[in-house]
Amino acid sequence: MGYFIQQLVNGLTLGAIYALIAIGYTMVYGIVGMINFAHGEIFMIGAFISLIFFIVLGALGVTWIPLALLLVLLIAMVLTAVYGWAVERIAYRRLRGSFRLAPLISAIGMSIFLQNYVLLVQGAHEKTLPPLITGGFELMQSGGFVVNVSWLQLIIIGVTLVLMAIFTAVIQMTSLGRAQRATEQDMTMAALLGIDVDRTISLTFVIGAALAAVAGLMVTLQYGVIDFFIGFLAGIKAFTAAVLGGIGSLPGAVLGGLLIGLIEAFWSAYFPSEYKDVAVFAVLILALMFRPSGLLGRPEVEKV
Amino acid sequence: MGWAQRFKDAALTALVALALAFPLLGFRTTDIGDGFTTRFNWVAIATAATFGGRLLLGLVPQRFRLQQYAARYTALPQGKAVTLAAAALILFAILLPISPFGSRRTIDLATLALIYVILGWGLNVVVGLAGLLDLGYVAFYAVGAYSFALAAEWYGLSFWEMLPIAGMISAVAGILLGLPVLRLRGDYLAIVTLGFGEIVRIVLNNWSAMTNGPNGIGDIPRPTVFGMPIAPGAPEGVTTFNHFFDVAYDPLQRLIWLYYVCLAAALVINWFSLRIRRLPVGRAWEALREDEIACRALGLNPHTIKLTAFATGAMIGGFAGAIFAAKQGFISPESFNFQESATVVSIVVLGGMGSQLGIALAAVILATLPEFGRELAQYRMLFFGAAMVAIMIWRPRGLFTVRAPSVRLDQP
Repeated sequence: MGYFIQQLVNGLTLGAIYALIAIGYTMVYGIVGMINFAHGEIFMIGAFISLIFFIVLGALGVTWIPLALLLVLLIAMVLTAVYGWAVERIAYRRLRGSFRLAPLISAIGMSIFLQNYVLLVQGAHEKTLPPLITGGFELMQSGGFVVNVSWLQLIIIGVTLVLMAIFTAVIQMTSLGRAQRATEQDMTMAALLGIDVDRTISLTFVIGAALAAVAGLMVTLQYGVIDFFIGFLAGIKAFTAAVLGGIGSLPGAVLGGLLIGLIEAFWSAYFPSEYKDVAVFAVLILALMFRPSGLLGRPEVEKV
Repeated sequence: MGWAQRFKDAALTALVALALAFPLLGFRTTDIGDGFTTRFNWVAIATAATFGGRLLLGLVPQRFRLQQYAARYTALPQGKAVTLAAAALILFAILLPISPFGSRRTIDLATLALIYVILGWGLNVVVGLAGLLDLGYVAFYAVGAYSFALAAEWYGLSFWEMLPIAGMISAVAGILLGLPVLRLRGDYLAIVTLGFGEIVRIVLNNWSAMTNGPNGIGDIPRPTVFGMPIAPGAPEGVTTFNHFFDVAYDPLQRLIWLYYVCLAAALVINWFSLRIRRLPVGRAWEALREDEIACRALGLNPHTIKLTAFATGAMIGGFAGAIFAAKQGFISPESFNFQESATVVSIVVLGGMGSQLGIALAAVILATLPEFGRELAQYRMLFFGAAMVAIMIWRPRGLFTVRAPSVRLDQP
C-alpha cells in the first residue's frame, strides 16, 4: 500500500511535467491544426537554459535558493518563449495553407535542427546540476514502507497548479484568450472580425514555449541530468498525453499528462522498466485506435 | 520600404537573434563539474550577421530573389531527357567498379548509397505515392535485417534463401502495424509509426535472449555467387568462387559482388515501382493521396489500398535490411534509430515525393555527404533539419523535380 502511494506521488509529479508540455501541443493543434513536432525540443532548450542560468547565477553569487529559482524561472520562460516564437515565424507561418503534411515535415526538420544545434553548441555530454532543493517529509507509513514526499515534488505540483490556474484565467477572461478561442473556431472569420490572426498564433506558440520551459526547469531540478536528446522522448510522451486527453482540449491535456505520468511510474514499479516507453507508445496507439478524439475531446468532422 | 523602416526591421531581427544566441551560444557549460565558459564574441558575430543579412536581404529587389531561380534551375528535365539521364546514371553505376574511381572506399560508399536509394524508393511508395507519412520506416528495415541475421544464425540459411523471406516478413510486419493504425488521419499516423519504430528499437535492445541486445549479431554470411562463396579457402565439399574460376582471392571481389547485388536489387525495385504505378493499385494509391473522400465516393476502399501501400513499402524496406545486414556482416539496434528514419524521409522529401530519379539523386547526395570531411559530418544532421524546413517553405514539391501525375486527362 505504501509502495503504491509512493508511486502515485512520483507519477503525479512526472505527470505534472508532461501536462505542462502537453498544453503546448494541444493549443497549437487546436489553433493551427498541426503537430508541432519541435515542441519537445523547445522543452529541452528550456531545460538547458535553466541549467545554464542556475550555474551562471551561482557564479554571480545569487545563492539564496528561492531568489535564484524565481530568476531562473523568469529568464527561462522569456528566452524559451523567444525560441517558440522564432520557430513559428521561420518554419510554420509561411506554410499555412500549404499541403497537409508540409508543416509536419517542416516541424520534424526544425526538431532535428534544434537538437543538433544544442548538440553542437553545448556538447553531447550529459549535463548535471547538483540538487538544489533537498529534503522532504514523511507522508505516511504503512506495512513497513515509508512514503516520502520531497519539497521539490510539492513545488513541482504546486507551480503546475498555479500556472494552470493563471493560464485558464488568461484563456477564459482576457481579450487574448477570446481571440485565441475565436481563431481556433474559424481562422478566416476571426480575421474578418478584426483579430490579428498572425499575432494570436504567435502568442499561442509563445505561451506554449513558456510552459514547456517551466517543465524543462522542473526536469532539471528533479533529475539533475539533462542532455540534448531528452526532448525527443518527452515530446512524444507529452504528445501522447495530449492525444489521450483529447487534442485541442486544455483540461484534456492536463488529464492526459497526469495519466501518462501515472502509467509510466506504475509500469516502472511493477513491470520491467526498460519497457516503460513501449507501454506509453502502446497507450498512444490504443488511444488513437479506440478513442481518436481522446477522453475529453470533440470528434473531428472532415467536410468536403 | 524606407531606410528607417529597414533599419528598424533589421534591428528587431537582430534582437531576436541575440535572445536566441545569448543563452545557448553565449555560455558553454563544462562537461565535468558545474563550471562554464563564455563565448560572447560568437553571440556578437551571430547578432551582427543577422542584422547585416536582414538589411542586405531587404535591399535585393524581388526579381533577383534566389528562390524563383532555384525553381527554374533545379527542375529535372521531363520526358525523354529523364530516360537519357537515368540510362547514363545506370551505365555509370554499372561501370563504377572497373572505372578508375573503383577503389575499396568508393565501392563501399556506393553500396551504402544504393541501400539508401532502395530505402528511398521503398518509402516513396508509402509517402510519395500513397501520401502516408511514415516516420518509423526504419522498423521494417530492422525487421528485414534481423530476420536475415537470425535465420542465418539459427538455421544456417543463406542470403539468397532469406532475401525473399525477409521481404515477406517485413511486409507482414507492415500489415500488422497497418491494420489498426491506417484508419488514422495523416499526422496521427506519422506519430504512431514513429512510436512503432521506437518500440521495435527498444525491443531489439532489451530482448537479449533473442537479439543479443545492444551487442548485436555478428558473423552474418555474405551473399554467394550462385552458391559459391567468395573466400580464400573453403571447407570440404564447397566450391569457392575463386576455385571455380581459378582467380586469386581478393577481399575487393566480395565488395564488388555485393555492390552488383545491390545495384540489381535497386534496378528491380525501380522497375517494380514504375510498373506498379500503372497498375490499378498504384493508380489507387495516387488517387488516395490526392483526395480520400473522392476515392471513397468512387467505391475504393481506402483502408485496403493504404494497407497494400504500407505492405509494399515495408517489403522493400525488408529487402534493404537484408542487404544491409549482408553488407555489414554485423547489426545492432543502434543502426535502426529515429535518425535513420528521418534520413530516409528527408531523401524522399528532397527527391520530390514521387520522382524515382529525384529520390535516387537525393539518396546519393545524403549518403555521400558525410564522407566529405569528418568536420562536416557533425553538421550533417543540422543541415538535414534546416534543409527540410527550407524545402518545405520554398519547394514543397521537392528539391529536384516537379512531380508529374501518372495520368493526365488533357493529353491528346
